[in-house]
Amino acid sequence: MRDAAALPRQIDAIAIGASAGGVEALSVLLPALPSGSQLSLFVVLHLPRERPSLLAEIFAPKCALKVREAEDKMHVEPGTVYFAPPDYHLLLDAGPQLALSIDELVHFSRPSIDVLFESAADIYAERLMGIILTGANDDGAAGLATIHRTGGVTIVQEPDSAQVPLMALSALRQTAADFVLPLEKIAGLLHSLASRELKTKDTLRKGK
Amino acid sequence: MAAENTDIELRLLLDAIYLKYHYDFREYAAASLKRRLTNAPGRFGCETLSQLQHKVLYEPAAFAALLSLLTVPVSEMFRDPSYFRSLREKVIPILRTYPSLKIWVAGCSTGEEVYSLAILLREEELLERTLIYATDINPQSLQKAAAGVYAVDRIAGFTENHRKSGGRASLSDYYTAAYGRAVFDKSFKRHIVFSDHSLATDSVFAEVQLVSCRNVLIYFNGDLQNRAVGLFRDALCRKGFLGIGMKESLKFSPHGQSFVELVQGDRIFQKGNEP
Repeated sequence: MRDAAALPRQIDAIAIGASAGGVEALSVLLPALPSGSQLSLFVVLHLPRERPSLLAEIFAPKCALKVREAEDKMHVEPGTVYFAPPDYHLLLDAGPQLALSIDELVHFSRPSIDVLFESAADIYAERLMGIILTGANDDGAAGLATIHRTGGVTIVQEPDSAQVPLMALSALRQTAADFVLPLEKIAGLLHSLASRELKTKDTLRKGK
Repeated sequence: MAAENTDIELRLLLDAIYLKYHYDFREYAAASLKRRLTNAPGRFGCETLSQLQHKVLYEPAAFAALLSLLTVPVSEMFRDPSYFRSLREKVIPILRTYPSLKIWVAGCSTGEEVYSLAILLREEELLERTLIYATDINPQSLQKAAAGVYAVDRIAGFTENHRKSGGRASLSDYYTAAYGRAVFDKSFKRHIVFSDHSLATDSVFAEVQLVSCRNVLIYFNGDLQNRAVGLFRDALCRKGFLGIGMKESLKFSPHGQSFVELVQGDRIFQKGNEP
């Protein structure tokens, strides 16, 4: 396991998967990102499929970054959090732009974390970070393994600290994650990642 | 290396399908297509997409099976009930003013949406003067759609959706259940023409007052999406209506400028003035 300061390289995008207990976990993570960060975040949270999601409305006031519900063909913007809409898979396509599908459920889920992670790994490769949080489902384990294989950074919430540990445990069975951390430490890591990114931008500007 | 090869093989497979069978998937949205195709070789007893390409070229039956894997999946009746409620409340009153109606369900798959619209029109007493064109590229889907037979275990969900959509009768009035299957009333078929049509390669075939094409455009890339929206514009009469999927949008398509949004949340558009 690596230390937060040892994050190897530039990260452009973060894909996050959560299920049971996910709203609370995301309420710790997402507000940790400071305004000015250029990161793009994609979030799959398992929810009832038949109801419209209020996630964007819930998280927008808590976050410094822009928060949107994903729409098909939307261009990915820096400094923005995208939530998968209920009953659609969220994928990343070249551009990068967002893509949706109503293909069959994966691990009884649509949106599925695997679908998001695998397509995002294809677009961002080593510039992607994948995070698996609390949940009672196997979804995301295969996707996190793909992110690892394509050179991305993998993070799993420490199962003991998760509201429901099953999803973290099955992710860890498939991938030796780069970081296994309690929620607050993941939030700290995201904050330092964004701060480093802001500092680099600052240095570049001063260098001119 | 392996990932790079997959991208090359995928492109070659799509080229081969187009050259041999004239089905054009080359402008489908790459991410979904790749996801569907990545696991395909195994199902056909092949190890790679290149081997699958060989099989598909030499065995038309293998292509027919692959086509079903590539085309848009099964929907449900009255999916997104609020869409059908908005049609009922905002669009039907205007359609009622036409002496005869033509409606195009583009990418109808196995027909769930077609029967949903036919039921809605019967409840609004418009079906008798309506012709619905139901089109798809997959002949197997069209056959299923024309049969109008669905597994009984799906009916509970359909019934709930129909009720939420503002249905005026019980869904059970429109089908007979036997041997685990629900068979929709044959009388609907007098008003439906099932036909092979590709939004990627074919052109407009009729003038219609309403196009319903939901969760099909998400499987197309930007260029193909724009081509399809152009076809809808050309097929629609002046002030005609277009319904698309709840998370689809016309704002990324240049031809989308020909439309104004009538019901925002439910993604129903009206053809505006010609640009």
